[in-house]
Amino acid sequence: MPAGLLGIEELDRAEIEAILARAKHFQPIQSQSLKKLDTLRGKMIVNLFYEASTRTRTSFEIAAKRLGGDAVSITAAGSSVSKGESLVDTLNTLAAMRPDAIVMRHAASGAPHFLARHLPTPIINAGDGAHEHPTQALLDARTILDRRPSLEGLKVAIIGDIAHSRVARSNVHLLAKFGSRIVLCGPASLLPAELAQLAPGVTLTTDIREAIRDADVIMMLRVQLERQHEASFPASEYFRFYGLQLEHLDLARPDAIVMHPGPINRGRELSSEVADFQRSVILNQVENGIAVRMAVLERVIG
Amino acid sequence: MSIVIRNGRVIDPASQTDRIADVLIADGRIVGVAENLAAPAGEVFDATGLVVAPGFIDMHVHLREPGFEHAETIESGARAAAAGGFTSVCAMPNTKPVNDSATVTSYIVERARRLAPVNVFPIGAITKGSAGEELAAIGAMKAAGAVAISDDGLPVMSARVMRRAMEFARSYDLPIIQHCEDLNLSAGGDMHEGARSVRWGLRGIPAASEDVMVARDLVLAQLTGARYHVAHISTHNAVAMVDYARRHGLPVTCEATPHHFSLADEDMAAYDSDYKMKPPLRSVADRAALVEGIAAGAVTAIATDHAPHPGSEKMQEFERCPFGIIGLETALGLALDRLVHSGRITLARLVELFTTGPESILRLGRGTLAPGAPADVTIFSTEMSWTYDVNLSFSRSRNSPFHGKTFRGGPVATIVNGAFAWRRE
Repeated sequence: MPAGLLGIEELDRAEIEAILARAKHFQPIQSQSLKKLDTLRGKMIVNLFYEASTRTRTSFEIAAKRLGGDAVSITAAGSSVSKGESLVDTLNTLAAMRPDAIVMRHAASGAPHFLARHLPTPIINAGDGAHEHPTQALLDARTILDRRPSLEGLKVAIIGDIAHSRVARSNVHLLAKFGSRIVLCGPASLLPAELAQLAPGVTLTTDIREAIRDADVIMMLRVQLERQHEASFPASEYFRFYGLQLEHLDLARPDAIVMHPGPINRGRELSSEVADFQRSVILNQVENGIAVRMAVLERVIG
Repeated sequence: MSIVIRNGRVIDPASQTDRIADVLIADGRIVGVAENLAAPAGEVFDATGLVVAPGFIDMHVHLREPGFEHAETIESGARAAAAGGFTSVCAMPNTKPVNDSATVTSYIVERARRLAPVNVFPIGAITKGSAGEELAAIGAMKAAGAVAISDDGLPVMSARVMRRAMEFARSYDLPIIQHCEDLNLSAGGDMHEGARSVRWGLRGIPAASEDVMVARDLVLAQLTGARYHVAHISTHNAVAMVDYARRHGLPVTCEATPHHFSLADEDMAAYDSDYKMKPPLRSVADRAALVEGIAAGAVTAIATDHAPHPGSEKMQEFERCPFGIIGLETALGLALDRLVHSGRITLARLVELFTTGPESILRLGRGTLAPGAPADVTIFSTEMSWTYDVNLSFSRSRNSPFHGKTFRGGPVATIVNGAFAWRRE
């Protein structure tokens, strides 16, 4: 199997630390007037997005270009995908054009893993179904570590639709490898008990106040209405019980930060005041996304 | 035309035989089992060191014909059956068209008579089109050769329809076989609901979806007195409930597949569709309960649920792939490996599960080496080492998680109605 990046679960601490250190190195480049390096000069990256995405796709494109590489983005609508071509046929066709990596997002869990078994091209997972979103967890870790010396011992509350969240899974795997205490919180129907077995140090609660109490980091998840295959929770009362509101923050540690993978729904997962709260780091996450994806592309292709 | 099978260990549970002896076959019938039988002019098969058993019966296969011949045909599936040591198979009705009429039943019987090296017994649908609403022509299908009814692949969701179907099954003296799955609970699921499905972000098929259907049907079986059979049982609760009902005198039975007693969800390769089937591979505890149920007698038969799908359909995202794996050629090897060599059951019990067990449900007049019985014989080794290469399968499909597995023991020769249907090269 070519060396791509399919998930956080299979990475070890040293590999993650190396990517995060490299991302830190790339951070200042984001604010230079001349941002372009030549690490990936002559390299071609294909971004293949089977699911709508603005920020992740753009972030990968910018990361590739800042490293001097060429990036082509393909979305499912308007491509041969909408003409009924199978996933493996599409990928074989793309692989025959000899890209150096394929960045892929797909609504089916495991789609990139399935392809990695059949393709010679390294695949970078930009989100597969409800499974993993490794670069999101890496940029979240980079963002936390910009404000804390270590992840060890931190209490991290992850709140929302955990069952359907690839962001939650990747973050759980990463944070657990570094000794964080992770509390997963959401409505009972979106919080299967087996989540506690994902990694060491994971506990579950349906009470948002318990989750937030003494937390160092509060990660809010987007309510994934497109992944709701049934009425798993009464949507009308979601915000009342699982939306993050300003008064909740009094329960957390005074220096707690608020994160969100975006795009945010003001009034659904978090109140507008929280989104604009001074310790909300949502835009730092976006900025770190580019640095982290540069580090990942460099690791996979460079 | 006669065959003498010399010097094998003859295991015939129907007559409680287990000794070294010869078996004489002539004119398609068993002549007798005895020591040092005089050999008439005919073929002699040296079975020294091998087991000689009544022909194995697989009461649950999908031969895909008519309608899905790209996946399997009656001929190719029957060849795979012979190579797996089976002399009789029961063909589930989810073909295209569905076998819900005497016309389709007769077509299968006729095609099998011309092309199949083993006995093929059709199972008729319970409802028209297996749509779960209107009863199929059960009596006419029985007259055309159907040996049971089932909507396999789908459950009969309506309790009212199931009750009526059981009443008819009873009046026609046919077993009624249910694929136990509450579709409301399993909707959208791709694998067993548990730690693995949560880890992989795949939607789960809860064990409860099987349990609630088994519970409902056992109540209906008591109400109607039907001979009720649970296909591919997979959960510890379902095994316990069937066993409870059986001990209380209800004519209910269940079958276990080799993949369910051999593998659990933890054994799956990530997102590999060769591990995707219904019911899904369950928890380690469910698998253990299934083995225990086989050993203790709660399970009456081993059946493969041989379910061919062409590579193009299995080469997709896991959640888009169809359910099912092929299993005819690996069933005996897995049963020896997981049940006999591991010390859980005796060799005689294993033979029961492949012969008198399904025979007691289906009443085919087979599954024995009694004089006068049809000469269906399975000859197998308990020790021979061999490796399964799915690319050499007689099946038209290649969807097996056991490709490359080395087995200790397996089929050596298959005799159907007095003639060799297959011999190991």
